[in-house]
Amino acid sequence: MVPKLIFGVIITIAAIAALLLILIVVGGIIAGLLAPFIGSVPISYNFRSIRARWTSTIVAILGIAGTVGVFVAMLSLARGFRATLVASGSKGNALVMRAGSQTEMMGGITLDSVKLVQDKPGVARDDSGQPLVTEEVVGVIPFPLISTGTDANVQVRGVSTNVLEIRKFVKIVQGRMFHSGLAELVVGKNASKTFAGLTVGNTVNFGGGRWKVVGVFDAGGSSFDSEVWCDGRILNEVLKRPDNIFQSATVHLTSPAAFDQFKDSITSDPQLNLEVQREVDYYAKQSAGMTRLITVLGGLVAAIMAIGAIFGALNTMYSAVAERGREIATMRAVGFSSWNVILSFLFEALLISFIAGIIGCLAVLPLNGWTTQTMNFQTFSSLAFAFKITFGLLVMGVIFALVMGVLGGVIPAVRAARRPVAVALREL
Amino acid sequence: MVSVDGNGKTGSLIQVRGLDKTYRRGNEDIHVLQGLNLDVDKGDFVAFMGPSGSGKTTLLNLLGGLDVPTRGSVTVAGDEITHMSRGKLTDWRARHVGFIFQMYNLIPVLTAFQNVELPLLLTKLSKAERRKHVETALAIVGLGERMHHYPRQLSGGQEQRVAIARAIVADPTFLLCDEPTGDLDRKSADEVMDLIKRLVKEHGKTVLMVTHDPVVARQANLTLHLEKGVLVEAGTRQGVVAGGVS
Amino acid sequence: MKFSGLILANLFRKKARLLLTIGSFAVALFLFAFLGVVSDAFSRGADVAGADRLVIINRTSIINTIPLSYRDEILRIPGVKYITHDNWFGGTYQDPKNFFPQFVIDPENQRQVFPELIVPDDQWNAFLKDRQGAIVGAATMKRFGWKIGDRIPITTTLYGLQDKRFEFNIDGVYHGKDPKDDQTQFWIQWEYFKESVPDRLQGQVGWYTLRVNDPGDSTRIAKTIDQSYLNSPYETKTETESAFAQGWVKQFGNIKFLIVTIGTVVFFTLLLVTGNTMAISVRERTPELAVLKAIGFSNRAVLGFVLGESLVISIIGCVGLLLALVAIPVLARALAGMLPTLLITPKTLVYGVVAALVVGFAGGILPAVGAMRMRVVDALRRV
Repeated sequence: MVPKLIFGVIITIAAIAALLLILIVVGGIIAGLLAPFIGSVPISYNFRSIRARWTSTIVAILGIAGTVGVFVAMLSLARGFRATLVASGSKGNALVMRAGSQTEMMGGITLDSVKLVQDKPGVARDDSGQPLVTEEVVGVIPFPLISTGTDANVQVRGVSTNVLEIRKFVKIVQGRMFHSGLAELVVGKNASKTFAGLTVGNTVNFGGGRWKVVGVFDAGGSSFDSEVWCDGRILNEVLKRPDNIFQSATVHLTSPAAFDQFKDSITSDPQLNLEVQREVDYYAKQSAGMTRLITVLGGLVAAIMAIGAIFGALNTMYSAVAERGREIATMRAVGFSSWNVILSFLFEALLISFIAGIIGCLAVLPLNGWTTQTMNFQTFSSLAFAFKITFGLLVMGVIFALVMGVLGGVIPAVRAARRPVAVALREL
Repeated sequence: MVSVDGNGKTGSLIQVRGLDKTYRRGNEDIHVLQGLNLDVDKGDFVAFMGPSGSGKTTLLNLLGGLDVPTRGSVTVAGDEITHMSRGKLTDWRARHVGFIFQMYNLIPVLTAFQNVELPLLLTKLSKAERRKHVETALAIVGLGERMHHYPRQLSGGQEQRVAIARAIVADPTFLLCDEPTGDLDRKSADEVMDLIKRLVKEHGKTVLMVTHDPVVARQANLTLHLEKGVLVEAGTRQGVVAGGVS
Repeated sequence: MKFSGLILANLFRKKARLLLTIGSFAVALFLFAFLGVVSDAFSRGADVAGADRLVIINRTSIINTIPLSYRDEILRIPGVKYITHDNWFGGTYQDPKNFFPQFVIDPENQRQVFPELIVPDDQWNAFLKDRQGAIVGAATMKRFGWKIGDRIPITTTLYGLQDKRFEFNIDGVYHGKDPKDDQTQFWIQWEYFKESVPDRLQGQVGWYTLRVNDPGDSTRIAKTIDQSYLNSPYETKTETESAFAQGWVKQFGNIKFLIVTIGTVVFFTLLLVTGNTMAISVRERTPELAVLKAIGFSNRAVLGFVLGESLVISIIGCVGLLLALVAIPVLARALAGMLPTLLITPKTLVYGVVAALVVGFAGGILPAVGAMRMRVVDALRRV
């Protein structure tokens, strides 16, 4: 009982402290930014002060800028990764797998089940009345990386020939689509750039078969861009899998709203033990692990760096306070209030951190769109994705910088204002 | 005996011959010292006076081996210092010169004791020996009880006395004082001057001092004026006998 | 060290600044250690690979299987000492977030091929007798707070199993000889697994690991194996364990590069902070340094004082490494399942100390040289 009480008290105190800290930070930023309007200390003082201590100001700026840069870069990496996978799902599509499957790779769906699925309500049909359903298998096949010459795994997806009508954002940009029943490949644009031999006209060997690369497709920056597609039946044959079992089926619905009806009809069918989810949801879930890893790692690194950067800012502001002791004392002596002094210093700290935030953001901006490649834990295969720096991220970066500025400026500012005037004057 | 005509006897402690010092400021050459001669014997106490910019401090720097002349020579106790390498000059300073500055220049983070001990760190003395020397020096300047105080806990006069203790602790050949009372009130200044006089009289120290205060200068055995780059004896020019020559 | 008093007294001149500088130093070293550990974690496998071990996987795809019948054929190749086989069980314990690798092992040969993963004999014997037994790595035991005797439910959907729930009894714990060895695996019995898989996967294993008599002979043996299954329905790809692990690492691509880049950014920021602090503190006491020179301290001594201060700061800053030593095991638990186990090694610590000294030196040298070169006469004039 008693430990519980103590625990509660500690939690309450911590919450109050956190709240106070947030108040100080937010209040500090607002007050500091408004300083030129409400304080009567001319801002030209601040600019002069910054110029006089330019080396230590630059150090503080670089410290904060570096932190903001790492922060924005890591978040944009996580966003890019997520965006790549989320872009793979279409709103109007549903993914059907065996119940309980975490990923496509674990899935299994028989040809008979696929046939039943095709006739469910909500399934769109093409002009000739054929259902828009692609039953797919995935293989993980090693290909040599152009960059290192060593093998990395590529996700090879066996699809049905009408797949381009189901994933409408995928376009063939070079060559043509594969022909049904032939050992032909179409490769995603990133896979084509990353791996040796995946160019139109080339022949590659895997799984005991000889495959001809006949086309390159652009999947709009989604994870499919890192894949290689071919006829699902041929892939099953080559991978020595049973020819009547696929791993998933993707269904194009008559409209996104038809999803519920479609899902109900499948879950209520006693013949089918299948799970239905929106394609978008599936891919969002797939990205969760890696996104979390990058965010946690990036957050941790940025937080630790922020502490270092705040120390740097504190050092700069302390030396500003120390070197301007006489000036402050004189100002106080002629009648400026301690609030004026605090605001003036806060403004200076915010000015420094604002510049630093902008520099940090500008420094990482060229990374936007830069494509990198890593192994996706979910599929054990290579996935290319790009840094995605959004305006929102940049704003977050600048705010982060301002928070560091306030934390680094508040204590020296208060100290400057609280020093007795007489003492400060005598010291110099 | 002190003389400024360049004809002093060969045995004098400090012998300066034809000292020139020229600074370049912009495109202009400024001739601060021009053919200055000086002879100082052991136990002399000489004051240098002159208007600002006359080269008093320059002369002191040259005598103390802090700066090298453009021409001429400075010989102290038989060693010509004007041709020493920088490293040798540093060693020489440690052994032969005690500096006393206007602003005391104590190290603020060290106690009086530690400040006085500084020059002894350059010697091979043991810790116990250093302690004995420091205590003696502080006793001479009358601050034996305040040796564990920091400079900021001392008055200006006391700080200067610590600085004097630091200057004499390694028993240098001569002391150089640059406006030693320039920052002190009259009472403290008198105390400091009494101390310096005592060092000359009772301990046989040789002291060269720059000052612009005639009252202070009068305490010395002889006052010399720096004019147009050379030294002249005060009495001969201004008709004032600045102090008894002993 | 009669001068140490002077250096220390100068250090404590501005306590706030000293604390901040040491603090930013410590933070940067902490980050240095942390990034080093993460980077290590990504390339761990290649470090601990047995020199005399080869891995055989299906040439077509790592997720394809190889027949068990190959085992005896491979064992007949001269130079092969032991062989064992594994399957990837791919199960889930309670929640997909609780990831840890489960291997279906061949109890007969496991300990011959992986002698560095140690299981006490009594536990091992209990495991052999228990069809549903499991041996679990120490790290995973700790992560979930399991004890020997616990019954662990795991479901899998691989091998055509419909979300099937298995239960395993923990019979023993294995420890790695080297702390870097993977201690997260969960071993289960081949015989028990075999009963559950469909007919078409009967007698199919995920991969083989074998030990050879002479590591120098690895290339020939690998070639012999791959040659003999060329054009068969199950072609093989044989590599040394370290090549296999390195290939795996390379697939992570630029992640390591990113980590190194961040580390470099941190390092230079740190360099600036120290250099700046030293420069400020030297500038502030130019006259004092001039006095020291005037009373006979040599240029080299003055250089030594300034550099000494900077180095003392960097050495005290090494508390950041001690902090890392304490914090990384905690982080390792928090990140378990997301990353290979984070492990702080003496190597990382040594690198950290070296980095600290390098930064301390580089940060102090410019102001120190400035102080050394300073002309006493000019400096005194500024008083």
